[in-house]
Amino acid sequence: MVVGRVKSLLVAAFSVLALSFSHTAEAQKEPTNNDNQYEAEDEKGGSGKFDANTVIFGHVMDGHEFHFFSWEGSDGKQHHATIPLPIILFEPGQGLSFFSSSKFHHGEEVHKGYQLVTKNYKENLKKGGMADDQINLYTDESIIAVDAAGSPDNNRKVYDFSFTRNVVQMMLALGLLVFLMISIANKYRTGQGVTSAPKGWQGAVEPVITFLRDEVAKPNLGPGYRKYMPLLLTIFFFILINNIFGLVPGAANVTGNIAFTAVLGVVAFLVITFSGSKHYWGHILNPPVPFGIKFIMVPVEILSIFTKPFALIIRLFANMLAGHIIIICLISLIFIFGNLSTGVGIGFSPISIAFAVFIYLIEVLVAFIQAFIFTNLTAVFIGQAAEEGHDVHHEDNEAPDRPVIIG
Amino acid sequence: MRLLTPELGLLFWTLIAFLIVFFVLKKYAWRPILNSLDQRERGIADSLETADRVRKEMTQMKNENEELMAVAREERGAMLKEAREIKERMINEAKDQAKLEANKIILEAQQQINAQKMAAITEVKNQVGMMVIEVTEKVLRRELSNPAAQEEHIRSLVEEVKLN
Repeated sequence: MVVGRVKSLLVAAFSVLALSFSHTAEAQKEPTNNDNQYEAEDEKGGSGKFDANTVIFGHVMDGHEFHFFSWEGSDGKQHHATIPLPIILFEPGQGLSFFSSSKFHHGEEVHKGYQLVTKNYKENLKKGGMADDQINLYTDESIIAVDAAGSPDNNRKVYDFSFTRNVVQMMLALGLLVFLMISIANKYRTGQGVTSAPKGWQGAVEPVITFLRDEVAKPNLGPGYRKYMPLLLTIFFFILINNIFGLVPGAANVTGNIAFTAVLGVVAFLVITFSGSKHYWGHILNPPVPFGIKFIMVPVEILSIFTKPFALIIRLFANMLAGHIIIICLISLIFIFGNLSTGVGIGFSPISIAFAVFIYLIEVLVAFIQAFIFTNLTAVFIGQAAEEGHDVHHEDNEAPDRPVIIG
Repeated sequence: MRLLTPELGLLFWTLIAFLIVFFVLKKYAWRPILNSLDQRERGIADSLETADRVRKEMTQMKNENEELMAVAREERGAMLKEAREIKERMINEAKDQAKLEANKIILEAQQQINAQKMAAITEVKNQVGMMVIEVTEKVLRRELSNPAAQEEHIRSLVEEVKLN
């Protein structure tokens, strides 16, 4: 009875959410599609006007500083509450440069001939008479080399290896992960959990490890599963801890960044490819189909080598990014309505907060689910690749394909 | 578009971080943890097996014990029976012997009693004889002082003797 009621409530919440979200999506589309209009709007409205697009992308994208909030001071200038992060640049011929991101003064100043691309800088370029499509080549938050006059120098190529907020947060998360896991491992070494019952964090981590071993590695990889256990465990906890850190309000969206997921995907790709058996490659280069169809099947099979890890990359990236965007959108709704009228904004806030909390809880779930799915699918793909051929049970090869639909 | 173009810096640092974390955790965390888990699982399996074996042994021992007990009980019964028989035999023997002894004692006692009786009777006879002589003497002394009485007395004595 109660369960039924909760279920129907959830359905209702979902549908209302879907409705409201589709509206926001439409509302957001306009400015993003038309940059001119958006710039014009911004100029007209002044700096006090709420700009959801900037807020959302400022949160989900990488940055060279931890930015908390900005305010307009009594001197009429913009002030920012931030934690500056180290900038590491490499330029062929120039070598490495190392300085703090505060030197850029939020894109207002040039340091050592480098400039941080911001909206203000782009506006300056526009005032300087540069064409829009030319300006749009420079992406926000990227660092470019400039000449003495402050205009971009396209002949110089700068490679940005800065400790951005994603990098810093990822390292903090990984530091915690390594510390946690090694301290747990040391407990096992002393015999706790081996001859006696596991205690503390052991109890939290051990079921996860045994789950990954018994439900992910063993069924997919068969008897040779031990070889892949460290990789699977590392991938799982690597994603999980970054997912969880990304859920902290104001934290960077590490797992929702394609560079992060791409690295994991490439690692998965390399492992899958290098553990491929003769049977696996035979199946790709010489599939058991009539001769004529081979011309179609071989390219498709070769493509599938790349689509599998690519699907992993996009799945994790999209899931985590979407969750973050939804939450920020819901919060932004308050201010969007607040721009119409303060009363509407205040009136809408409880609804917005309720949905944000709801999505937040789902995100906690998704943090675990996506880590699991990535690990599980990696195991499935490795299992498929490493499997030694037995043509009698041909359906077996198809069976592990099913979970690919997940997520 | 910025969303979908991976940044070089983050790619680089993520790769470095992943590799470091992978190798560090592989050596210092996953291997000890997995080995410990395996060891524990093997330990548990072994313990269960041992417990099972011990239980079987226990059952076997119990059966053996019961058999031993049954044998012992039988032996006890036999011993008790034997003891009872010995007891009865001993009692009977003792009884027989006692009877014999008693009879012998009684016989001896009777013989002694008879001998005593005879001795006592002889004694009494002697005493009586003595007393008779004494009394007779005294009587004779008094009676014979008077001849008439003497005669009379002799006559009575004679009569008495005759009557005897």
